[in-house]
Amino acid sequence: MKDTRLLAVWCPDWPVIAACTATGTAPHVPVAVVDGNEIVSTSAVARAEGIRKAMRKRAAEAMCPELITFEHDPQRDARFFEPVAEAVEELAPGIEVVLPGLVAVPAQGPVGYFGSEEQAAERIVDHVATRTGTEAQVGMADSLFAATKAAHRNVIVPPDRTPEFLRPLGVHELDAPELVDLLRRLGLKTLGAFAEVPENAVASRFGGPATRQHRLARGLPERPLDKRRPAPELAVTETFDEPVERIDAAAFAAKILSERLHENLAARSLACTRLGIHARTENDEELHRVWRAAEPLTPRGIADRVRWQLDGWLTRERLTSGIRTLTLEPVEVVNGTALQLGLWGHDDERAVRALLHVQGLLGPDGVLTGVIDGGRGPQEQVRLVPWGDERTPARNPDHPWPGRLTRAPATLADDPAELKDEAGGEVGVTGRLELTAQPKKLTVKGRTREITAWAGPWPVDERWWAPDPHRAARIQVQTNDQAFLLIRRNKKWFLEGVYD
Amino acid sequence: MSRSATASLAALGVNPASELTSTTTDHATGRVLPVRGELAGLLPWGGLRRGSTVSVGGSTSLLLALLAGATADGCWAAVVGLPQVGVLAAAELGVAVQRLALVPRPGSDPGPVIAALLDGIDLVAVACPLPPSLARRLTARARQRRSVLIAFGPWPSADVELTAESVSWNPLHDGAETLRRQEITVRSGGRGSAGRAKNVLLTFGAEEIELPLVAGDPDRSDEPADAGPGRADELAARRADSAVTRRAEAVERLVRLAQKGPSE
Repeated sequence: MKDTRLLAVWCPDWPVIAACTATGTAPHVPVAVVDGNEIVSTSAVARAEGIRKAMRKRAAEAMCPELITFEHDPQRDARFFEPVAEAVEELAPGIEVVLPGLVAVPAQGPVGYFGSEEQAAERIVDHVATRTGTEAQVGMADSLFAATKAAHRNVIVPPDRTPEFLRPLGVHELDAPELVDLLRRLGLKTLGAFAEVPENAVASRFGGPATRQHRLARGLPERPLDKRRPAPELAVTETFDEPVERIDAAAFAAKILSERLHENLAARSLACTRLGIHARTENDEELHRVWRAAEPLTPRGIADRVRWQLDGWLTRERLTSGIRTLTLEPVEVVNGTALQLGLWGHDDERAVRALLHVQGLLGPDGVLTGVIDGGRGPQEQVRLVPWGDERTPARNPDHPWPGRLTRAPATLADDPAELKDEAGGEVGVTGRLELTAQPKKLTVKGRTREITAWAGPWPVDERWWAPDPHRAARIQVQTNDQAFLLIRRNKKWFLEGVYD
Repeated sequence: MSRSATASLAALGVNPASELTSTTTDHATGRVLPVRGELAGLLPWGGLRRGSTVSVGGSTSLLLALLAGATADGCWAAVVGLPQVGVLAAAELGVAVQRLALVPRPGSDPGPVIAALLDGIDLVAVACPLPPSLARRLTARARQRRSVLIAFGPWPSADVELTAESVSWNPLHDGAETLRRQEITVRSGGRGSAGRAKNVLLTFGAEEIELPLVAGDPDRSDEPADAGPGRADELAARRADSAVTRRAEAVERLVRLAQKGPSE
């Protein structure tokens, strides 16, 4: 167990701290960070006012009118975290950033240096406070999950006592809402109760992702230990002709290099769980940071972390010149199919590998998947995301969407169209949602068809509160042998789809 | 997002795959992938035989409907070279869109992309024009990898050819009504046992259509290829099993386990 013992350094309310640092907001005002409409992080002052995570923004503002809210920005979180990570690294080399606000480091080093675990924890907290003015908490345990939970509580779990530490904690500590819900309904309310269910029963009944959570609940590492180092030729390096100094250039470099790394890994059916980012500046300064992820990183996940890290380095004043060379090195890899095993069963491995292979050939955006979303039109009801990205709908498709069509066209289009009446005059839509004349002729791309019947118009009245409402109407038209969907926007008709 | 794809099929008036007329043991052994009930009559094997190539022409709805039965049953599908495909229409026709991958632009050299897909995806629909030599190689690849290649457009060596002769909808009445019911006349022909041409009228969409909001049942009843005919009933029953019952079963079993405690 010795070599898996981890020390976690956690900064409470990090998104709030980062937002306040960025804007120079004083610490005594109530502050919350919101993602969309939901509170994701609060300051202690805001909590004293009764503001909690997952609360609606409007409800929170009603409860505490002086509440200051900031939009959630992972890049900002990462940028201001870099000095904290550096401060920890000064005392404990070999740190790994898990998330902005959380770093992990093998406990052996600092504990050996400072004499005891308590000493090491105390010194790290002091050092972070003096160097960055940030309040941090330290936890130690035999797995990353347990060490993180220990840091939340500011405790040091004695060696080999990790299962006992986790046993009384609630199942909601697992970051898997659906599983937590199911476990609660089963009456398994604590991690201990979940841990006692035999592993094979969990695996056969809940599948891959639950097995991982089950390992966490038992105090084991997320994955069985694998001592193999990935082959050095997997790393990718880019030398820039123009040293990278600006954030936007860095973001572009991050994307290109991440895709190359992903291709390298995908060609060998691998995915990365720990990512090493090295940079060398023009004046030969060496920068290095390892990011550790609980889940294998998607191409997007790799690019995000590289961008955050570059942002963190570039906004620091200590850097005397731009970045000349950037290297991404997979420090730990897993079989690439594990990338999606969380979502699919073992039987889907073959399909997952094939899609990863194609993403390797065409880039992550080369393979898409549709997510059914809320909305009215056939285009807005489907969001195409790169395969492997999260499939969460942005708008609830179960909500009523007045004006939603009964059937969607099998072929989508977006071509200017002309709709004429018998006499050749243009057909419009009135403010009272009526056609100005009987449509008889439809012309698209120079081809004119006789209309035999039509239906509608159905309103598309979105953002009606805005000064320039996006007002439009749809109709369906039939010709002898075809059916079309048309939309009128800004007094012009467009072909939106063909019902073929 | 809670209704299963099976339920959405039922809403469209489609029978579960287990009610397909199975002439051989192929269905039970997974050698033939299930299709929507009304399409079974068009295909010589009552479904999509693994390793075969089927060409579809004249209707995107027909192409999407072919993918519905198998994806709802847990198979994977990919559509290559059709950027304008309507995913919502696919969902309405019963396709489990969480197992539908789109490769809208396979690039100037689509061969390796399609070959890679055939290696792991059960149904690969190809809508980009290809030189005949490459098309034949891909047909051979599909046969070797036991995937189904669905060509959208002409294909030099298709086992079955399905052509939509006409696509029509319930008549609209200037202002009232809306498109609900689609009728497609399909001519099927092909090589060998599929050679006898026939015409079938397909109707998609009953009177009451609700948007099938696709939900995931990642479980997949993947049968071993060498399962004997004796297992046919059990496998068919398993396929008909909806995600809901399976979930309920899982919960039940776990409750029992939890009560029993860690005695094992």
